[in-house]
Amino acid sequence: MKSVVKQEFQGLNGDEAVALAAKQSDIDVVAAYPITPQTIIVEKFSEYVANGEVNTEFVCTESEHSAMAACLAAAATGARTFTASASAGLALMHEMLFVTSGCRAPVVMAVANRALSAPLNIHGDHSDAIAERDSGWIQIYAENAQEVYDSVFQAFRIGEHLDVQLPVMIGLDGFTLSHTLENVQVLADDVVKRFVGTRQLPSVLTHEGKSVPYKLDPANPMTMGPVALPNYYFEFKRQQEEAMRKALVVIKQIHDECAELTGRSYGDGLLDPYKLEDAEVAIVCLGSTGGTVKTVVDELRTEGVKAGLLRIRTFRPFPAKGIANALGKAKAVAVMDKSMSFGGNGGAVFHEVRHALYDGQTHPYIVDYVYGLGGRDTSPSQIRKIFEDLQRILQVKHVDELVKYVGLRE
Amino acid sequence: MSSKDKGWKEVSPAGVCWKSSSTYLTGDWKTYKPVRDLEKCTKCLLCSIFCPDAAIHWNKEKGDIEFDLNFCKGCGICANECPTKAILMKIE
Amino acid sequence: MAVSQGNFVISEGKFTAKDIAEKPELFLSGHRACAGCAAPTVLRLIMKATRGPTIVTNATGCMEVSSTIYPYTSWATPWLHTAFETAAANASGIETALKILRKKGRIKDERVDVIAFAGDGGTFDIGIQALSGAVERGHDFLYVLYDNEAYMNTGIQRSGGTPLGASTTTSQAGSAVPGKTEHKKPIADIMVAHEMPYVATAVPYYWKDLITKAAKGIEVDGPAFMHVFAPCPRGWRSEPSKSIELSRLAVETCIFPLWEAVNGEYQLSIPSKVIALAPQKKKPVKEYLQVQGRFRHLFTPKYEKILDTIQQQTDKNWNRLLKKCGMAQTAKTA
Repeated sequence: MKSVVKQEFQGLNGDEAVALAAKQSDIDVVAAYPITPQTIIVEKFSEYVANGEVNTEFVCTESEHSAMAACLAAAATGARTFTASASAGLALMHEMLFVTSGCRAPVVMAVANRALSAPLNIHGDHSDAIAERDSGWIQIYAENAQEVYDSVFQAFRIGEHLDVQLPVMIGLDGFTLSHTLENVQVLADDVVKRFVGTRQLPSVLTHEGKSVPYKLDPANPMTMGPVALPNYYFEFKRQQEEAMRKALVVIKQIHDECAELTGRSYGDGLLDPYKLEDAEVAIVCLGSTGGTVKTVVDELRTEGVKAGLLRIRTFRPFPAKGIANALGKAKAVAVMDKSMSFGGNGGAVFHEVRHALYDGQTHPYIVDYVYGLGGRDTSPSQIRKIFEDLQRILQVKHVDELVKYVGLRE
Repeated sequence: MSSKDKGWKEVSPAGVCWKSSSTYLTGDWKTYKPVRDLEKCTKCLLCSIFCPDAAIHWNKEKGDIEFDLNFCKGCGICANECPTKAILMKIE
Repeated sequence: MAVSQGNFVISEGKFTAKDIAEKPELFLSGHRACAGCAAPTVLRLIMKATRGPTIVTNATGCMEVSSTIYPYTSWATPWLHTAFETAAANASGIETALKILRKKGRIKDERVDVIAFAGDGGTFDIGIQALSGAVERGHDFLYVLYDNEAYMNTGIQRSGGTPLGASTTTSQAGSAVPGKTEHKKPIADIMVAHEMPYVATAVPYYWKDLITKAAKGIEVDGPAFMHVFAPCPRGWRSEPSKSIELSRLAVETCIFPLWEAVNGEYQLSIPSKVIALAPQKKKPVKEYLQVQGRFRHLFTPKYEKILDTIQQQTDKNWNRLLKKCGMAQTAKTA
């Protein structure tokens, strides 16, 4: 069994952790546009560039839409590319996110999850990335700055894997993670560089009748991004779906490989359960809230309550089977959504978790708690109250309201 | 020409084009075709320069102009631009 | 640095029609552009100006759609399309990737030129942000605007490049409104104002001038911009056989004068210089407008005053250009 590598502690906030992981990942091109709360990422990276610490071209594009286009074009030329955004910036990229995944370009992007306007709000919630769940991007949500650091360089291996070839976004909660200082264990430069390796390219058939590496190369000309009429388009979309399915396996593999290296794991890479095996009441959530819930779970356990947490680390591809297994024994489940789907009878995570359990043998009560929109803080006592609600549901054997709001002034 | 279209498992990913358009003959678009009067033609090659479809070639070995009617769409630009009016557009 | 290709040097204009005809086609036959469309001619001729390995990127538009209908492609060079706004952003990404990959030794250490093509839609309007940004950042690429003066690919809707008085589907000439009531955006002058190394206007009729300028644009170190006129018989309601002739008329009426700005210094190109020196050669705009159905309504009593407005505006622009070129003269029609 390989021993864990030597690591050193650095005081980093989430954004700085992203920048450092990016610095170590032998990136070729970064094209980015600043937006709160991601600005520290681009500023830190600029600092590395200014001091000659990275062999990376950094393009300050004039908008996020152009940033994603430039990243895609650079990736199409064979480069390893990276960018970062949030909120309105991610929304502005919306069109290009689909184009990037459709072109099977393994761009990696850090998203400092932030609320969408209007009204304008710079603080953390998941509405930006959740709104892009159909874009064909792999989505991983981190609980703390350490996980952010580990996940960024894993992302290159995941996206570039020949079975996958999809872009990856790593979500870190705006301000809560992006701007909060933590003790992060950091790997040596050469260790990360070895882990990420060099980018491999799949082979494609070109109009010259050759099967060659997929990149813009005068030696092997090819046409990328054509018009595909109704008789052709559908098959390419099915291929993307297949890549997502394969990613379920690849994400686990890369996670495990990294865990061996660092000694740190996050569940199995897809799902991070906490005291869930015998839990009767459980909360499901994404991101940093998982940390707060763990504290409440521990407290309740000392009181004899069988509480547990399922933190979904990988939201896309959605690990439905894993979720069904993990929650199989629970009797009442509260899904916490840090975003809203207006008119949708609850948030996206709620919908998908319920869907995952529909065909299962057991049918726990599943309710939705919309919380923390616009960065509103959610306290341990509010989370405790959610567990109490679940216990009451089990007592009265009835759900009065399917969707509730935490900390909302009524 | 083409076999049955490939299913999603076999088709090359990301939609990279795998056929040159030089196998897609647009010549059947035309109603009129260019006819060149060899006596008037000075081989100035303006027709070849202006043809939007690259359907007029200069054959270096033969030292002469060739019209590729497989691609000519019959637009008549060549006839219109020919300085000696050596090209006439005739019904196909 | 001008590179000799065989026995001719393109950017110095030292080549013949035969030299061009003997260069391999990089924009192939079999594309689905309308019969008589001048844009494919423009693309073909620009590609003849290339000097070696070249990567092309296109914005969404007529030329992109008609040349890459899966599984067919008309492009013999590596080619990328991503979206409508992104021709210049793509070029930025490609150029940057080439730079760093060469530096890291991951690709051959050879010069690869980057050319971005976009229509007036993808340049004047939705693409102007990316273009302005790419030029400000100084990426080394040639941007070619093929201007058919409306969003032709989606059905002839007006763009910022549509001229005054033109009838398009979203600026229709009707009983209440005489077509487009706004002037054409001076895109080439806007690009000169970016203080970029090279800006030029060209038309397919003056093919030698066009190819020379394209070669210059490719060779220049940094961004280069070409505004190329591309008559559209479908959208302009003109004769398919007259598309190239129309591009000549546009120059002769001074509606589309030919010039270059090398590091901001304007100089008139020969076809327009001839008119500047011999003003009697300048044709009235009527001659150009009357052969296009999109201006038909201007030849009715209700809207014929607009013809005068167009003539006056054309003269005003021409005089302003002459001043910039250091050739201030009054220009009166013959």
